[in-house]
Amino acid sequence: MPFIPHTQEDVQTMLASIGANSIDDLFDEIPPALKSGGLKRVPPGLSEMEISRLMLERAETDGRYLNFIGAGAYEHHIPAAVWQIATRGEFYSSYTPYQAEASQGTLQLLYEYQTIMASLTGMDVSNASMYDGASALAEAALMAVRSHKSSRRILIPSTVHPVYRSVVRAIVRNQGIDVIELPYCKTSGQTLAEALDEFGKEEFAALVIPQPNFFGVLEDVDALTDWAHSKNALAIGVVNPMALAILTPPGEWGEKGADVAVGEGQPLGIPLSSGGPYFGFMACKQALVRQMPGRIIGRTTDQDGKSGFVLTLQAREQHIRRSKATSNICTNQGLMVTAATIYLALMGPEGLRRTAVQSHANTLALLEKLETLKGVKRLFTRSLFHEIVVSLPAPAGDVMHALKSRGILGGLDLEGYYPELGHAMLVCATETKTSEDLDKYAGQLRSILENS
Amino acid sequence: MLIFEHSRPGRRNYSQSPAAAEIVGIPQNLMRKAPPLLPEVSEMDVVRHYTRLSQKNFSIDTQFYPLGSCTMKYNPRACNSLAMLPQFLARHPRAPESTGQGFLACMYELQEILKDVTGMAGVCLTPMAGAQGELIGIAMIRAYHESRGDSARTEIIVPDAAHGTNPATAVMCGYKVVEIATDKEGDVDMEALKAAVGPQTAGLMLTNPSTLGVFEKNVAEMSKIVHEAGGLLYYDGANLNAILGKVKPGDMGFDVIHINLHKTFSTPHGGGGPGSAPVGVAPRLLPFMPVPVVGSDNGMYRWLTEKDIPQTIGRLSAHMGNAGVLLRAYVYVRLLGAEGMHRVAEFAALNANYLMAEMSKAGFEIAYPTRRASHEFIVTLKELKEKTGVTAMNVAKRLLDKGYHAPTIYFPLLVPECMLIEPAETESRETLDAFVAAMKEIMEEAYNQPELVKNAPHTTPVRRLDDVKAARELDLTWKQI
Repeated sequence: MPFIPHTQEDVQTMLASIGANSIDDLFDEIPPALKSGGLKRVPPGLSEMEISRLMLERAETDGRYLNFIGAGAYEHHIPAAVWQIATRGEFYSSYTPYQAEASQGTLQLLYEYQTIMASLTGMDVSNASMYDGASALAEAALMAVRSHKSSRRILIPSTVHPVYRSVVRAIVRNQGIDVIELPYCKTSGQTLAEALDEFGKEEFAALVIPQPNFFGVLEDVDALTDWAHSKNALAIGVVNPMALAILTPPGEWGEKGADVAVGEGQPLGIPLSSGGPYFGFMACKQALVRQMPGRIIGRTTDQDGKSGFVLTLQAREQHIRRSKATSNICTNQGLMVTAATIYLALMGPEGLRRTAVQSHANTLALLEKLETLKGVKRLFTRSLFHEIVVSLPAPAGDVMHALKSRGILGGLDLEGYYPELGHAMLVCATETKTSEDLDKYAGQLRSILENS
Repeated sequence: MLIFEHSRPGRRNYSQSPAAAEIVGIPQNLMRKAPPLLPEVSEMDVVRHYTRLSQKNFSIDTQFYPLGSCTMKYNPRACNSLAMLPQFLARHPRAPESTGQGFLACMYELQEILKDVTGMAGVCLTPMAGAQGELIGIAMIRAYHESRGDSARTEIIVPDAAHGTNPATAVMCGYKVVEIATDKEGDVDMEALKAAVGPQTAGLMLTNPSTLGVFEKNVAEMSKIVHEAGGLLYYDGANLNAILGKVKPGDMGFDVIHINLHKTFSTPHGGGGPGSAPVGVAPRLLPFMPVPVVGSDNGMYRWLTEKDIPQTIGRLSAHMGNAGVLLRAYVYVRLLGAEGMHRVAEFAALNANYLMAEMSKAGFEIAYPTRRASHEFIVTLKELKEKTGVTAMNVAKRLLDKGYHAPTIYFPLLVPECMLIEPAETESRETLDAFVAAMKEIMEEAYNQPELVKNAPHTTPVRRLDDVKAARELDLTWKQI
């Protein structure tokens, strides 16, 4: 029996101790009418050898491609040590650190993580992580509404990832919160500054500020932050943590800095893995710490005066406050944060900076090669981090399909999300791409466009 | 020592950093001025530091974890290594479906298996944790009532023994929470339920078997009462392990359910996540399922989106939820197979009832002694506290000294000085016997040397930590002095 250690003798001894005749007797309080009639769609059990073979075959079916898609999930090199350490049983199979004395490893690691994330975002404090970037943004919106008290409007630029906007709406919609979308400038690819005052006439709780935005374009974050503050609203930065190795952190935007920073932690050592598990991060100013959802680790002392770590501010949380909690969230993405912390420690400030800079440089180098092709051009003029919208002379979906058959995932077709952009794709070249990779992409795209 | 305290300026891992390139065209005002606080350490420093930290944790791989309502069972290693095959790890979430047919086949089959095991008509895999599964479930209940123009339903009923996430979720979905009491036998008080339901009832959230460790005998009648009042039934799958393959929540009348894969389907807890909590729905909620869901057209798997499910409550994650966790669960269900599913519940029940019997014989007071244990049961240390001053918290901490993770304590809130004990099916009889012996020793210590127990733990990397100080003098980040 897989994963059940009992011998026949154990079963008999245990039943005798219980005073039951059979294992079935243990279910005698369940009304017979409710008992299951068996499983028809569950196949018979496999041995580890058999399932290994099946999974290997399926993995091989999926194969590997030269990937230039970003759009919220980024391919970066992950040092071997990251997952070898993260999947040690003591991290992998431990529970939430409620028993602090038996969980100092995880708790100290989370405290180190909070320290790094607060510094990376320029904020005072960080929580121990959220589910993913999109749901972290939704939680930041809820946090803003709790702290604002009089307004339940959130302004979100349409340059924020389209799926993030959907997720925010799905999560906040039953709480009477209005999510208002702001237009973008068709030339620069930034949030349209001239439109702000129109939307700011009515009171709002927060403005979301993406950096870089979904188009890869850098927003004028200082002006946006100051404008939100001038309207007595919070500024919520939604940022790529890799970009923060070189870009101004949200805590330093404008005069006073953004109030909350959230984002997708995946670029920090988490594999693409079809979309998860990743982790969301959330950091904020000290004044908002009691409004922050999720687990938070604090340093304290034990009864001998020795330094140690505990889950703290638990009075915000659902297991204590029940219906009055800041959120229903109880999970954090512990194992993902374990990997990210190891990743960040291995990279150090210089390694992380170089990874960000190389990704930026590779994307520009790719753009230069693509722009030599007829009908291929960059769509937005403003400076960018490591992603760019490129306009094509043929439907992007068809081009992507043709590239795929040549082993290349060329980018994300934007026609479904932003039809007004015409034949456009979003392209990303991280530090993992060599100049041969970039040449291969440009060469294949040339051949496809010439033959179409 | 913190990783930052190992840091030395200029120390780097050359093999982990690309050659220096130039930044082009980013204006100065958008550039970072000072580097972030990251340690400057060698690769060996990092490996040694985090390996040593790991050794300060309890874990299933090193200790028995009888943590009630958390189902801390063995996490098979094959599930991890097969979910981490390079092709699976490298696959981009926005890559075309045609490049992920192997992965999607696993997801489609997992949906089908979960439908069968739970008796539901549809399953969506995307929820990233139990609490998100709850949020989605209650949002679907709300969407259902709204689609019928039934806007008077403003309340969700929750038994007092429920997990804290239940009431918190109901509030996040815009509902008022009505708590109902538990009777002496540990079942929901049926009179209280009848008094609570009405045209204002949107639904009832129920965990069955409950967190009191017993099967709600009246579940069929409860279902009838709530449905007759026009409300729907939500099944919190926290304790599904106790009835896996034996009873299907769909057959008990539930309309929507979440399944904690990190409990029943043995995916790792990872020190607090990631979880994964697929939701299953009865036919009437199919139109409101969250997206994406995996569909199959003539043998090709594809994502069903808003176009396929126009009344969907929407998306709850940026991509498709915790794919890698789902792969681990898929490997686990294939290893168990149809014949292994019900054995999970059977041996979980055998271990729980045996441990309950042995603890009772050893002199511990069982909270619901006339009932069968589901896969867990409650011991109350009320008498011990009265006689010796030793609390459930003290006993929990003393267990750490003896190499056992503590059971869940002070939950459910209605039993004084309670310990909720769940051994799970993967533990052997010898482990359970040794645990009873350790508990007996602690009981004796409580009478003979109460201070020893009250001051526990003594052997862990740190002793009792000051929670009050942690909350009052907030120290959430390290600062360079």
